Amino acid sequence: MSGSNSILPGFGCPVGFSDQQRIGIGHGGGGVLTRELFVKVFLPAFGNPVLERLGDAALLPPVEAGGRLAFSTDAYVVQPLFFPGGSIGDLAVNGTVNDLAMEGARAIALSAAFILEEGLSIDLLTEIAQAMGRAARDAGVEIVTGDTKVVERGRGDGCSITTAGIGVVPERSRLGATPIGPGDLILVSGSVGNHGMAVMSVREGLAFESPIVSDTQPLHRLVSDLLTACPETRLLRDPTRGGLAATLGEIAVGAGFGIELEEAAVPIEPAVAAACAILGLDPLEVASEGRFVAVVAAGDAQRGLAALRGHQVAGGYPAALAAQIGRVVAEHPGMVVARTAIGARRIVPMPLGELLPRIC
Amino acid sequence: MKHLSEYRDAEAMRRIADHIGRLVTRRWAIMEVCGGQTHSIIRSGLDQILPPEVELIHGPGCPVCVTALETIDQALGIAALPGMIFCSYGDMLRVPGSRGDLLGVRAAGADVRIVASPLDAVALARQYPEREVVFFAVGFETTAPASAMAVRLAAQSGLGNFSMLVSHVLVPPAIRVVMESSGNRVQAFLAAGHVASVMGTGDYPPLCREFRVPIVVTGLLPLDILEGIRRTVVQLEEGRHEVENAYPRVVSEGGNARALAVIGEVFEVCDRTWRGIGPIPASGWRLAPAYASFDALSRFSIDAVCSGESLRCRSGDVLTGAIKPHQCPAFGRECTPRTPLGATMVSDEGACAAYYHAGRSADGLTAGRQQG
Repeated sequence: MSGSNSILPGFGCPVGFSDQQRIGIGHGGGGVLTRELFVKVFLPAFGNPVLERLGDAALLPPVEAGGRLAFSTDAYVVQPLFFPGGSIGDLAVNGTVNDLAMEGARAIALSAAFILEEGLSIDLLTEIAQAMGRAARDAGVEIVTGDTKVVERGRGDGCSITTAGIGVVPERSRLGATPIGPGDLILVSGSVGNHGMAVMSVREGLAFESPIVSDTQPLHRLVSDLLTACPETRLLRDPTRGGLAATLGEIAVGAGFGIELEEAAVPIEPAVAAACAILGLDPLEVASEGRFVAVVAAGDAQRGLAALRGHQVAGGYPAALAAQIGRVVAEHPGMVVARTAIGARRIVPMPLGELLPRIC
Repeated sequence: MKHLSEYRDAEAMRRIADHIGRLVTRRWAIMEVCGGQTHSIIRSGLDQILPPEVELIHGPGCPVCVTALETIDQALGIAALPGMIFCSYGDMLRVPGSRGDLLGVRAAGADVRIVASPLDAVALARQYPEREVVFFAVGFETTAPASAMAVRLAAQSGLGNFSMLVSHVLVPPAIRVVMESSGNRVQAFLAAGHVASVMGTGDYPPLCREFRVPIVVTGLLPLDILEGIRRTVVQLEEGRHEVENAYPRVVSEGGNARALAVIGEVFEVCDRTWRGIGPIPASGWRLAPAYASFDALSRFSIDAVCSGESLRCRSGDVLTGAIKPHQCPAFGRECTPRTPLGATMVSDEGACAAYYHAGRSADGLTAGRQQG
């Protein structure tokens, strides 16, 4: 408990003071402060009847007849916590909603577990929680259970969030019923790399005429439109970490076929391309948080593209830049080969790991 | 930022490639000096649309690749000092010293940070006055002005906790080494446009005359490179050997006067050892005496025990263009980007890594062969 009586700038002993502006060790102790944090910060942001019961576990409504459950979890760390177009809160909700959507599932309930660093501004945490509440309402899902722990100052990264989600796959879903095969076409639902470069631009202090905005958004409605147009969709994946290069590589390895990528067809916004060029990064390796890759039957591709490009919902996200970017081939199994703009060919490797900006 | 797409225009590139095809009457070997150009060539595959007579030889212009092993070891030693904030460009973090790399030092607890500019390191020194901040200044003439600015700024602000591990290198002496190496096949150079944007083109006429080689100052985007190659081939076919500026939208003959002034004030020319190549006289910059107090090496005493390079690594031959990366027996076997034996396998600008990532092997594009 060495941290519990440390004196930090801005506040004194963290235990026993309920009017403080920052997270103290006591907020993770399970007592009055934890409850106060819940009542003042999380409940108003997430507010829903299931959460308000304050039970140890959330009770969920019965699942529609014939529907299957989908279950997914993901941990979220990002610096800075807020970036153009969103925050760690948006990512934590949309990321799990989207992981479920990639299996054709509509999220019905989320959990959220927070690891907070002692000294985190409670105002900031409130903003994060409110962003999560908004994202959840936008996605039509409720955050029904959660947990908070506090780690000593210097042992966390401000705030990290783990969400898990339960979703329902309707009985009629044909997603994945037919395996991937040569001739299938590959679509992407919009421009890639926006999220990664939005975060990186802030970190590197890059400014552009029009700022790069994260693409974080829930994808289930867009997925639903696509699946209506292309019921025989083979596979959906969201190109988050490792970007398109990693996602296509995984698809090629998983399917045991090759992928031919038309590099010039990959939609990349000019500012994203410019930021990548400045930092020496490959846009194919940069994360998106609100895009998906779909492998569809060749005959369905045009209908699928039309559905994506025409997608509109109230406050929705047009996928005008959706494009057909490649195809599945029998050759070079497990490998992605790009046809470059000038018709040359090169292998697109799986990214190694951390994106390291090049020197010049 | 429209120029990015303009200078990648596929149609224009095919036209230039066709023109080169009509010009060429015999085999020519052209070296692109800059690692950024190598990366761009391999990524776009522009060498695949060149006529077979034109061979591109990849040069020594990858700054992280040529930084001496001893200097990397010194960096690892300094970074591990207690209380140190060690700042570096991103791709330096994976470059192997004789015992590990900066990522490894960071994982072991050191505070190693990626910065986009040395000025960010100066800002860190201001932010943490109680700690020492060292910037690892590597790179060619391109990155030197920012390094010099950072030192001058630190001096003007009286920042006593900022210093620099300087390992800047210069392009013209490297061109001389390539031309003087035994078995040299290089007949012309594409000089790095970004270097010339700082230095101007004045260093090149003596080299053209002495070695009777064309030197064409060329940009880094695929279309720029192809145009540079075209102009080089024109000169070669006509038997000329002149300096030509194919990158006038960025490069002027006199260079960048302000950048040159700050470099001249802060740095002085020195001999430098190039990894894989060896010592090259008057091929680097170090801090001038007036700024010697900002030299990290004199501020911190480091026992850098240098165990030497892998005997299997032939990065020196790759850097001087004697062999192509895939002609090294270790390429793609014990030497990969995950387990690099030499620095050329680390940075995306390193010829070995560029070849590896593009799937090039001794038999050409691996996938192409399988499909063949």
